[in-house]
Formats: sequence, structure tokens, C-alpha cells
Amino acid sequence: MGDARDLLVVGAGPAGMAAAWRAAQNGLRVSVVDDNPAAGGQIWRGGPPEATVWFERIRGVDVDVINGARVFQQLRPGTLLAETTSGVRELSYKSLVLATGARELFLPFPGWTLPNVMGAGGLQALVKTGLPIEGKRVVVAGSGPLLLAVAAYLRGHGANVLLIAEQASSMQLARFAVGLFSKRSQAFELKRQLKGVPYRSSCWVSKAYGTEKLEGVTLFRGKKSYQVSCDYLACGFHLVPNVELAKLLGCDVEPGGVRVNEFQQTTLANVYSAGETTGIGGLELSLVEGEIAGLAAAGKHDAARELFPLRAKQRKFADLLNRTFALCDELKHLSTPQTIVCRCEDVTFERLQKHTSWRAAKLQTRCGMGPCQGRICGGAVEFLFGWSAESVRPPALPVRIDSLIRK
Amino acid sequence: MSSKTYDVVIIGAGIVGSACAAECANEGLSVAIVEAAIIGGGATAAGMGHLTVMDDSEAQFALTRYSQQLWNQMSDALPREVEHDACGTIWVAVDDEEMAEVRRKEKFFAERGVRTEILDAQSLAEAEPNLRPGLVGGLRVPGDSVIYPPCAAQFFVNQAMKKGAKLFLGTPVDKIEPDNMHGVRLSDGSTISAGLVVNSAGSSSPSLTHGLEVKKRKGHLVITDRYPNFVRHQLVELGYLKSAHSMTAESVAFNVQPRTTGQLLIGSSRQFGVDDSHVDNSIVTRMLERAVEYLPRLGKLSSLRAWTGFRAATPDKLPLIGPHAEHERLYLATGHEGLGITTSLATAKLLVDQIVKRESVIPVTPYLPARMARGAVHA
Amino acid sequence: MRETVTLVVNGMSVEMPAGSMVSAAILKTGTHAFRRSVTGEPRGPLCGMGICFECRVTIDGEQHCRSCQTVCRNGMDVRTDG
Repeated sequence: MGDARDLLVVGAGPAGMAAAWRAAQNGLRVSVVDDNPAAGGQIWRGGPPEATVWFERIRGVDVDVINGARVFQQLRPGTLLAETTSGVRELSYKSLVLATGARELFLPFPGWTLPNVMGAGGLQALVKTGLPIEGKRVVVAGSGPLLLAVAAYLRGHGANVLLIAEQASSMQLARFAVGLFSKRSQAFELKRQLKGVPYRSSCWVSKAYGTEKLEGVTLFRGKKSYQVSCDYLACGFHLVPNVELAKLLGCDVEPGGVRVNEFQQTTLANVYSAGETTGIGGLELSLVEGEIAGLAAAGKHDAARELFPLRAKQRKFADLLNRTFALCDELKHLSTPQTIVCRCEDVTFERLQKHTSWRAAKLQTRCGMGPCQGRICGGAVEFLFGWSAESVRPPALPVRIDSLIRK
Repeated sequence: MSSKTYDVVIIGAGIVGSACAAECANEGLSVAIVEAAIIGGGATAAGMGHLTVMDDSEAQFALTRYSQQLWNQMSDALPREVEHDACGTIWVAVDDEEMAEVRRKEKFFAERGVRTEILDAQSLAEAEPNLRPGLVGGLRVPGDSVIYPPCAAQFFVNQAMKKGAKLFLGTPVDKIEPDNMHGVRLSDGSTISAGLVVNSAGSSSPSLTHGLEVKKRKGHLVITDRYPNFVRHQLVELGYLKSAHSMTAESVAFNVQPRTTGQLLIGSSRQFGVDDSHVDNSIVTRMLERAVEYLPRLGKLSSLRAWTGFRAATPDKLPLIGPHAEHERLYLATGHEGLGITTSLATAKLLVDQIVKRESVIPVTPYLPARMARGAVHA
Repeated sequence: MRETVTLVVNGMSVEMPAGSMVSAAILKTGTHAFRRSVTGEPRGPLCGMGICFECRVTIDGEQHCRSCQTVCRNGMDVRTDG
């Protein structure tokens, strides 16, 4: 597409697809760009049944979905650059929706770098993309509703899910259960799928052990430790928004996500943001935010306003969600001095402890200077030391030198 | 608020300031170090830690040579994080004109006791297989090395503090010698009293000393993922000096450094008159295109980050080391342009020599700040 | 449309459902160490979504490819560095 499209959507997950659909429905020329080989983001990777209606909606309107394209830089306001296997694409737009989703929060603990220790969403993604899991023993741990969804999915594919260790307390979880009333059918379905799998609250993995790969974990609960042998550990501590591209473009970003107004507009006039990127809140909130962004970009503010009540309702759920799964202080003390915190540069806890700021720690230890560009260790050091992330420099993701030259 | 009077207060804990602090403390002087933000966080963090001898003038040679010898003497004591690696430099020649320059350099260095090796096309290709075919040769300087500067600056600060220096971290200096006191006032109103003040604030030094002939010269760098042995030496084009010496608005030159991690640092660019630190796509493109001309396979490598920094440049390319022409209690240790890492140690020695009024190992006249007064300098 | 693809992982032939990622193919061969960290630790995939870079391997001669983001293709040559 040589001319500027009316709307470019970055991210082909639920929020991005909802925005693209609404905008295209209202006559805009829309492109959606995504790093993954297929649309769906994380939650709809592989196109599960519940996503079908949305995939059909996208097929039913005139939307150009560009997969396998990594947005890494802004060429000038109004044009983004994306790397593909065959070179760099310039993507010009009049309006932009950032629907870049979220990633899991990883916290270090002894042994967490062993092969076969993965994120909860991480192991699920691997199984969805072809990893055989039948008969394998899996411990699911960390925090958040994702653990339940992952445990149910893995079980449904033949895994032997040994237990789910949730760091939140039973009281926090009880409050959440009450608030789930509106989602009770989903909750009931999950409960059914997980019958027989122990769900332990105030419980976390204090150590993963094994020689060349994971052989088992030590679980801690209420002052008692016990060991469980397993083949995989699926461990993630809820989600954090992917705000790097928004920061690179100059949008205001708050601790919880990209700052947006009631029409999902960021602090940059023609840039919108929707979904987990603006704050973790689950699937339904992502969809309605996406729709509002798409309608607003198309100038249909009245139609957008009609969705405000639904969004407000979903936001209440999101608040409950994030309060419930707030991380307990004990998780700050899992590391030993030798526990690796930055996996890219093998920087240990004791080397980081000495510093008083992220910048000083980075310069002196090279923590956060590896290929993950601080995405894995950043959330951890914020939780452990209170250091907040810095400004983002290009490229937003590692790209070939040729791509920086724009060949 | 400190009621103590230090012998010296050093402004700026970049590589130059921290080296000066360590040397002053080593001399037995009481030292206060004031760093506004992060130790080694300015040009020290942004640049390449290339320790190299330069031949563009006698004064530049003397300073870099002396300093390199000091680095070599110290190399065993440097902590692992400083990543000192004696990989050497190769100055790369693309044509016969540049090859003549190679021979001139070899002669210059040989006459002054610096060992180098002239490489013809074949030996260049053997030394660096990823350089493009068709280059005519180069000059290998085995005595050159590379380091990771922020950790070196921290090491020097630690050395200074072991000898009693006090570090004031996180508050910038507001004014030097305010209200007839000798020392500095910080932005929070507190003061540090000292017999002498050393302005080693790099590209920020003119904001503290009025009329200082130091200008910001912006540079860009890109770092790749790990590709061990992709290059083995620091590789620099012979046109680099043209770029460094040019007074034009902007220039790029091929300059690539292998880090001990296997990552490649790719430079270099120079711009005058640009004050903002954002990464300029067009400069990065030009810089990388130049690098790919020399290393064609570089294009396929994965790049992790691009960033900028500000060198402190003087009109005659030499740093300012010594007392201010008009204020005898104010010393300057700034204006090192792209050679701050290399010449930090010699700068520290020359500074302390002048403070204690001792003759230096090399003549100090070329670096004296007084040379800038009354048009005594030719740009 | 083919239902399976065959690729080569560390010299071993592996058959995978079409649309699978290289990371799954590597794990299927029983290889759990995809690469070595800077201090020599064995590492495998962590995030599954292309941001941790622990799953990097050499694919068809190109180093540092994220295997969890690369779709398996017939004849693809994959080498781990574990």
C-alpha cells in the first residue's frame, strides 16, 4: 500500500481485531500488523472456537492483515517501520491503534533458568504450536487467572497437571470468586475441567531443581516446604502491558499502562490504544476497548459512547482482578545472592542489590542490555528493587542491521 | 552541608573526573567528588572504550601514548567487569592513497617506539575474514586495547574512596566558587568548600565555567547481538581522522569494536550544533551503510540498540588540562572529544602534577587552558 | 494442504504438524538446551511469545533466530547451541 492507510492497528489480538473490524465497518481503509505468523495474539493463538466469530468478522470486512512483521521504529510521525523476512516495510497511516497486548511477569527464584521452566502462557504457547505434552507431569505456579486457563488447556491435551500453586491468599481469592458472578459460566467450566487438580493458595515455588534440565520443584506454603517431581514448570506472575512501542512514539505511559482518554486516545492526537496495553483487564475489556478505539478513529463517537457502560463494567472486573492477584512481599525474598535476575547477561541478585537506580545497575552490570531489552528482567527489578523502567530507544525489538538501514 | 574544606573538589565522575579523583587521592590530597547523576553515565557510558595511540599531532601522540602505557601498567589490577581486552586496532586502507597513509603512520609510530605491522591485502583478509574483498591493506597496532568504560569509572571512584575521597552523588553543581567562597554550591543549596575546584564535567563543563571553548559533538552507536570472532580487532577506516577533524556539521566514519561478549559496537558519527539526544534515523542509516561497505555480512546481524552521546570538543582537538587562565583555584580537565577513555589516566597525572607543581613526564603546554586566551589557538 | 512437514534438527529428521513452530520441533527431539547463556548455563524457551530470546537457534545458517516465532518448513535446517 503506497498511500497512507486511514488506520494502522499494531497487534492482531482481540483488541486489535475489534478496533480493525469497527473501523473497517465504518469505511476506513485498515491494516493490522503483527509479529506472529497468524492473527489472534496470545489468548487466541491457534484460533480457538470462541475466537471464530471475530475471525469471521475480520474476514467479512476489508482489512489487510500483515503477519510476520515486526514494528521496530518510527520513520517520521505517521510512518512506522516493520521488519519482515523479505525486508523492511514502511507503514504510513492517518490514525494508529496500539494494541500490543501484554506479557507475563517473571520473578526470579533459584533454578528458574533451568530448561523446561517456562511461563504459564509460555508453556501453553509451546503446546499450541506443536509441543507434545501428553503424559507429562506439569506443575502450574505463580499468580493470576491465566494459571487456571493454562492448567485446563494442558490437561485437555493430556498433560498430568499435578497442582496449581497460586501465591494469592485464600481470602483474596474468595473476594475474587464473589466478583466473578458475571463470569460464572466460564468459572464453572474451568472448575469442571480442573476437577481433581489441587489449587493451593498462598503457595509458590521456592526452588526448581535438576542438573541439565528441570527434575522437580520445591513448593512453599504456610512455612512448610515439600518437593514435587515434574517434567515442566509453567510459572508466571500475572501480566504486564507491552508499552515499549507507545513509549518509543512518545505517548504518556503510567505504571499500569498507556494513558488513554474515554475514547481510548493516547496523549498523541492521532494515536489510540486498546486492550491489555492500557492496563491488564482480560478478554472482554480488551474487546470493548478495541471497538471503542476503532469507532473513535472512524469518527463515530456516539456509537463509541454506547459501549462506555460495558467498558465500565469490565473495568470493575479488571480492578478486582488486579487487586486479587497483587504480589505478596515474600516473593521478593526468593532469590539467593547467586540467583540470576537478568537472563540475557547472567547478572545475579547480589550484583544488582548494590545499586540504587535502574540506570546505574544497567551501566555497571549490563542488566537489561541484552536482546530481550529488559522485557524479562524489567518487571522483576521493579518488583524487587522498586526501579522503574527507562525511556525506550530504537529499535523497539532486535532487527537486522539491514533493517536499520531500511534495505 | 559539609563544614570540612577539601583540598580538591572534582565535578563530574565520568572516566576523566574519576581518574583525576583517584590520582588526587593517591597523592594524599583530600578529595570530594560531585556527580550529578550516575558514575560514568555521560559520554563515558555512550562511547566506545577504545584505548588507542593517535598520530594526528605530536601533542595527541604524547598524551595517548603516555596514557596507554598507564593503562597497560594497570591492566592486571582492573576488575573483570572492566573487560580489558588487548585485541589491537587495524586501520583499514581502501586504496593506494590510504596505503601511503598507512606507511606514513608506521614510520611515525616506529620512530617513537610504538610497534605496528603493515598488512597487505592478503594478510588483512587473513586477519579479518569478514572485511570485503578488494581492500588494499592496513596497519595493525597490537598495543591498542578496549575496555568497558562505566565499570572503569566506578573502579577509579572506588580507588579514590579507599584513599578517603568522599562521593556526593545525585545532586548537580549549581555554581563554582559562588559568593567568594572556594568550592561549589549544589542545587539543593549545600556547599562544598575546597582549596581547588576541578571542572571535569565533560560536555556540561561550559555550563559551569563561563566562556569555556568546549562544544557538544553528538555521536551515535549501535550494538549487535553476540557474534564471537566476527571481527577480532577494533577496525577503523583511515578516513576516521578526516571525520574527527572536520569542522563540518556532520560526518560518519567506519569504526567497529568487538566486545569480549562477542557483541559488536558499530560507530561512528559526529555532529556539531545538535543539542537533543534522540537517535537520528538518517545518521544511523549513513553510519551503518558505511560499516556494511567494509563488512558486507554485517547487514544480516541482529542489532539490539542504538543510542547517542555528547563528546566535549575543543577548537584544536586537544583537551584542557590545567589551571583556568584567570582563576588559579579553578582547574579544568575536559574537552577530550573522542579520546577521553584513552587519555583519562594521563590527564589525571598531568592535573595532579600541576596541582603539586611538579614537572610532568610529557610537556603540558599543548593542553594548558591558557592557550585558548587571546586567540592564541588556531582551529 | 500438507498435514505434516519434515525438518532437520541437529542432523535428526523430525516430522511436525504443519504450522508448528521450530521450538516445538526441537523439544520433540528431546533436546531441552537450545543455547548456552553467557556463563554457560543450558537454556530453553521461557516466554513462548518471542520476547525472551532464550529460544534462539541457528536456522538455515542464520544465527539468533527465535525458534518459537518461526514456523517449521520442509527441509529447514536447525542447529541448537546447547
